[in-house]
Amino acid sequence: MKREIMFGLLVVLSMVSGSLHAEKLNKQQIKGLDEQVQGIKRDVLSISTQLNLLEEKLLYPSNTYMAFFVSMDKGADFSPDSIKLTLDDKNVTNYIYSYKEVQALKEGGVQRVFTTNVTTGEHNLKISVIGKESGSKVTNSGTHNLKKGVGPQFVEIRLSATGVSFRDW
Amino acid sequence: MSTLLRTLILATGMCYAACVCGAEQDSNGLKDLYFGEALYYAYQDNYFSAISRLDTELAQYYGLDEPEKNSFHFYQDNAEFDVGDFELYYRMYGRAGRAVKAVIQGNVPERVRNGAIYRLAKIYYETQQPLQALSTIKKLKGNVPEKIRYEEPFLRAQIDIETGRFSEAIGLLRKIENAPGMVGFAGYNLGVALIRSGKEQQGLAELDKVGQVASDDRAVQAIRDKANLVLGFRLLEHKQPGLAKKYLDRVRIAGPFSNKALLGAGWAAAASGKYDRALVPWSILSKRNVTNKAVQEVMLGLPYAYSKLGVYGKAALLYGHALESFSQEISRLDASIKSIREGRFLAALIREEIKKDKYWVVHLRKLPKTPETYYLLDMLASDDFQSSLKNYFDLAELHRKLQHWETYLAAYKQMIQIRAAYYEPLLPTIEAKFRKLDSKMKLRVEQRDHLDKRLKKMLITPRPDFLETAGERRTLLQLDRMEKNLPEGANPRIRARIARLRGVIMWRVETEYQDRFSKATMHLHELDADVKRLRRIYHSFVRTRQAATQSYQGYDKELTHLRIKMQQADDTIKQLMARQGHMIEVMAINELERRRKRLEQYQVKARFAMAESYDRATKAQQEKVIQQSEKKDQAKQADKPEEADKPEKGDKPNEADKPEKADK
Repeated sequence: MKREIMFGLLVVLSMVSGSLHAEKLNKQQIKGLDEQVQGIKRDVLSISTQLNLLEEKLLYPSNTYMAFFVSMDKGADFSPDSIKLTLDDKNVTNYIYSYKEVQALKEGGVQRVFTTNVTTGEHNLKISVIGKESGSKVTNSGTHNLKKGVGPQFVEIRLSATGVSFRDW
Repeated sequence: MSTLLRTLILATGMCYAACVCGAEQDSNGLKDLYFGEALYYAYQDNYFSAISRLDTELAQYYGLDEPEKNSFHFYQDNAEFDVGDFELYYRMYGRAGRAVKAVIQGNVPERVRNGAIYRLAKIYYETQQPLQALSTIKKLKGNVPEKIRYEEPFLRAQIDIETGRFSEAIGLLRKIENAPGMVGFAGYNLGVALIRSGKEQQGLAELDKVGQVASDDRAVQAIRDKANLVLGFRLLEHKQPGLAKKYLDRVRIAGPFSNKALLGAGWAAAASGKYDRALVPWSILSKRNVTNKAVQEVMLGLPYAYSKLGVYGKAALLYGHALESFSQEISRLDASIKSIREGRFLAALIREEIKKDKYWVVHLRKLPKTPETYYLLDMLASDDFQSSLKNYFDLAELHRKLQHWETYLAAYKQMIQIRAAYYEPLLPTIEAKFRKLDSKMKLRVEQRDHLDKRLKKMLITPRPDFLETAGERRTLLQLDRMEKNLPEGANPRIRARIARLRGVIMWRVETEYQDRFSKATMHLHELDADVKRLRRIYHSFVRTRQAATQSYQGYDKELTHLRIKMQQADDTIKQLMARQGHMIEVMAINELERRRKRLEQYQVKARFAMAESYDRATKAQQEKVIQQSEKKDQAKQADKPEEADKPEKGDKPNEADKPEKADK
């Protein structure tokens, strides 16, 4: 009887310890494959960087390059739901935010919301933002006149519950 | 037992994983928008895009003539570090990788660097490279981020346990035993460290303390249950079933360790010979999900207890029920193995649901013809499976990206062709006109420079003659000519008149010199403004012409190289995906086959035990019948005169039948 009980105990103990036998056999294989996966990640990242550089050169020459960035104050209470950009009376982008994106903005991340090519000279930007603050719906808008020079132009659009502010970089 | 403890420590470490973000922003506000964009991706756990963005910015930055004038200059060190740190998050921790370099050479604040060292050590620890983890964590010096204030010594202690440095581990764990967030976890590992260092009684006492921790936190409740479970089984191993039961009874009936605790409680009672008491936990357990290992084992344990209590009929029936369940489960396992071999498991794993449902790997069992994932729960939680699965997802994502980029290249090529078709016929005419204008412009600019030089000289040596008007110069020339043409005997009044006229002009030129000089300078300035405007137009034209040619020239080679690289990378990814997918399938099949073998062994045991129980039940029944008939015979002999009435009573159920009726 005792032997049977001990058998039962051993089975239970092996269950508690977890079964690693088959996995142990594959440890080296798992590690080797993992290293190869890391290698291909490096290769694809390098391709991605080359593509980014090519894209900027080919699609957005510096003399016409203009990019719009959205930022927020760290830990702001305001949460944007969507944003609408109008450049020179033309609706150029509408963006709806996910929860993760809003959190990333609140942590200090900056979103490149729109990139375009424009001629040098005066341009007009209009922003319309819908969001929430303390559970209530908030709608804000703002207008910004900007002058495009010969170099690349960046505009920061800062969102808050009180309104929209702009900064030319 | 050491494997058991190692596994438990690992599992504890897993459930207490804490995420610390390495990218910290300047408190004075953001100074470069693209650095902020990289952080935006990183804060969403999109580390591929974050690394790619930073790599692009760094490549552009190092290509600048005066990088210190670029706003990225403020973040150069941070970017170099963050690239490595993000690679850690992206599970790129190869020995020669940037992650390791960032940890060693990172020119960033101490806390930030220490945060990365902690993460790298944790990865090494979780991938079962304890020595590598130890050498990495040793690099950690000075202040650590507040978020990992207690996690860091906890990890250090776990690594120490793995590398056999028990006294160091014990010292560290004692310090953080009651630290916020460490209650239960530190104590549990302390107990394990004490046991493994040979201080069995102290270790058990420590586990006993953890087994009584009061908390509403589910993770702490789970570690409390685990401590009690380990204690219970440790004591069962040391043949102290009475004491073991006390600890096993502490495990919550609805917790994650409840099944194992119920099984153990039954074995503790059985080991004390109290089979009737074993029936209580085992009966509860036998009604739970049949895929669970403990439930499957108790299907043998329960009839075993009944047979020990002499209820052979009930035991035989329960063995029969177990056999039926085992064969059903074996069929289910066979179907699951078949489904995995047909590739359905892998196909279900990478469905879109995985992004919305974090338990998708378990829930995919609901899909038709997919494997029974309840059998794979232990395997699904293992580090090897999780890292393999993440690699498979990453590879699938990379494959998707490359396919997507392939369409970019086709679009770029088309765009270049359209631009070439537009600009090529226009540019020669424009170029010819430009050359003419260019030479004219050069001439005018040279003239202007000449005037400028002359005016500057006149500041030192006044030359009124340089400021004569065209009319004056014409008149003077005319007077010179007239004087020269005068005959020798001409009227002296005429000569005097010419001289007077010349004198008038010279007087005017000399007396108006300052005024004329000021006007000349003013005109030169006006000319400068025009030249400046001309130069601006010239440069604008040069830029536009350059942009036009650059918009379609010189891309062919780059695009071809990229296409080849992308194709090669995609081929490698496909191969790696096949191998990684196969590995995942093998892991799952191995696990299912292990469970299948166990069930087959149980089947054999159940068959023998059922046969034995039937034999014993039949034998017991026969013995009772014999005893009954012997009693009847004795009664007959004692009461012979009343013998004629007995046969009719014999038709009624007798005592010997009762156990069998009760069994049913």
